[in-house]
Amino acid sequence: MSKRIDVSGLHVYYGDFLAVEDVSMTIEPRSVTAFIGSSGCGKSTFLRTLNRMHEVTPGARVQGKVMLDDQDIYAPEVDPVAVRREIGMVFQRPNPFPTMSIYDNVIAGARLNNQRMPKARADELVERSLRGANLWDEVKDRLNRPGAGLSGGQQQRLCIARAIAVEPAVLLMDEPCSALDPISTLAIEDLISQLKENYTIVIVTHNMQQAARVSDVTAFFNLAGTGKPGKLIEMGETNKIFTKPDKKETENYITGRFG
Amino acid sequence: MTTTDSSTTARIPRGKRRLGDVVFANGARGSGVLILAILAGVAAFLIGQSYDSLSANTANFFTTSEWAANVREEPAFGVAALAFGTILAAAIALLVATPVAIGIALFIVYYAPRRLAAVLGYVVDLLAAIPSVVYGLWGIGWLVGQLGPFYLLLERYLGWIPLFAGPVSTTGRTMLTVGLVLAVMILPIITAMTRDVFQQVPQAHREAALALGATRWEMIRMAVLPFGRPGIIGGAMLGLGRALGETMAVAMILSPSLVVSWALLQSGNQTIAAHIALQYPEATGYGVSALIAAGLVLFAITLVVNMVARFVVARRKEFS
Repeated sequence: MSKRIDVSGLHVYYGDFLAVEDVSMTIEPRSVTAFIGSSGCGKSTFLRTLNRMHEVTPGARVQGKVMLDDQDIYAPEVDPVAVRREIGMVFQRPNPFPTMSIYDNVIAGARLNNQRMPKARADELVERSLRGANLWDEVKDRLNRPGAGLSGGQQQRLCIARAIAVEPAVLLMDEPCSALDPISTLAIEDLISQLKENYTIVIVTHNMQQAARVSDVTAFFNLAGTGKPGKLIEMGETNKIFTKPDKKETENYITGRFG
Repeated sequence: MTTTDSSTTARIPRGKRRLGDVVFANGARGSGVLILAILAGVAAFLIGQSYDSLSANTANFFTTSEWAANVREEPAFGVAALAFGTILAAAIALLVATPVAIGIALFIVYYAPRRLAAVLGYVVDLLAAIPSVVYGLWGIGWLVGQLGPFYLLLERYLGWIPLFAGPVSTTGRTMLTVGLVLAVMILPIITAMTRDVFQQVPQAHREAALALGATRWEMIRMAVLPFGRPGIIGGAMLGLGRALGETMAVAMILSPSLVVSWALLQSGNQTIAAHIALQYPEATGYGVSALIAAGLVLFAITLVVNMVARFVVARRKEFS
């Protein structure tokens, strides 16, 4: 159920403004791919094109091709809604639905596909998803409490549970730990390592140690210059990128000598 | 603990009460007290002034429909028909207006192109500012004439429901017409309130729904409507308040009679506010005091309605 993403020649625009230029990459299934780079270099923008979430912003559009296994997700007949059911997303700030209980939050996405899910199956799915997000033991006695009452780290794992309850092939994470404390961050990182058994995971992070800890492959993005679009500079095995990158730019960024 | 010589060490000066703070705090407190005092004053006035007629009333005030109050002795009057008519008219208005208002607000915030949305929002605000007498004129001058054929259809096909029982009033000056005019009148208020809360739904919640593979409508059902619920209820209550108290439009349109009737297509019924306005100039004897008693009932209805609304909103507070 984990799938490969193949991007070729992708340009991302906001209106006439070219935000990300000419990205081509292959993201392997059952692996964790990290996007690193300075703020505003387009890595989050690019991530959002992978499940067509960037279209939510008025005026945003892309040129190029994104293949999910053998399907072009930007083909004219493809429904973006269907793409997002296949490619789940976790956001920077935990965003459980404030009006829903923990239980309803987890089941929210799955209910979209299956309105009349029998209670027993729903219960089973909620437990499985919460276990999958390492949250079950902490919340099993208060599933009917509001999701917004959890701590930040728990809320983020709740959002992960909600995303995996839809059983996507790919999980995109946009700086999932940047609003969390170190202990919650560790919990999420452990979880990411487990999730890659079943999912293709793409994570945007500002934290290079995090990229080094959790990812198999790292992609470094940078601006071509002030006011110029973001570009993919280099992509390779995390080990290699962090020890002997091919490009000088990457090395400068990794070692903190970034200009 | 050692004491230090204050002449050699600098001390943090004692907090001093700054004039601006004092004036502002007292001003705010005064305004807060004032509104409570006004509310209490109105209630005291209504109770005090209605006491005369209520104690002399020979009929049961709450179950009687007739209004024989303009006498010097033994008045017999009650608010049964009036209270019923008031709530009925307001309920029709609310039932018709709220769904439409939610629809308009959703359209403005989530569906309309940006420029059209701006124009629509502006028009809605303008509509809210039109005085009710204008709506009354529109209702009596135009709407009454247009609704006749529609009412006949209602009676023919839905006449078996007591609400739509015939014979249909030939003038169209019925409770349903009143309810529809009131609905048009409160529509902008409810729309404006709901539009505001819909605009405040955090982008994070909307994106959460979309990222799960929700369509736009599913996103609205999942993230927007639950978040906006308190605002929708608040807007509806504001509209209901206006509908309950509306005088001019009702007085102009309805051909009144003091009966308790569910037949919306027949002439009849009356609301408290319109009754007071129409009767007051001719009130004699116990008449004025009796009308004030009716006003007290209207006051109580509005309070209860608002309390219920608050309760409904507060019940799920931890989920918002």
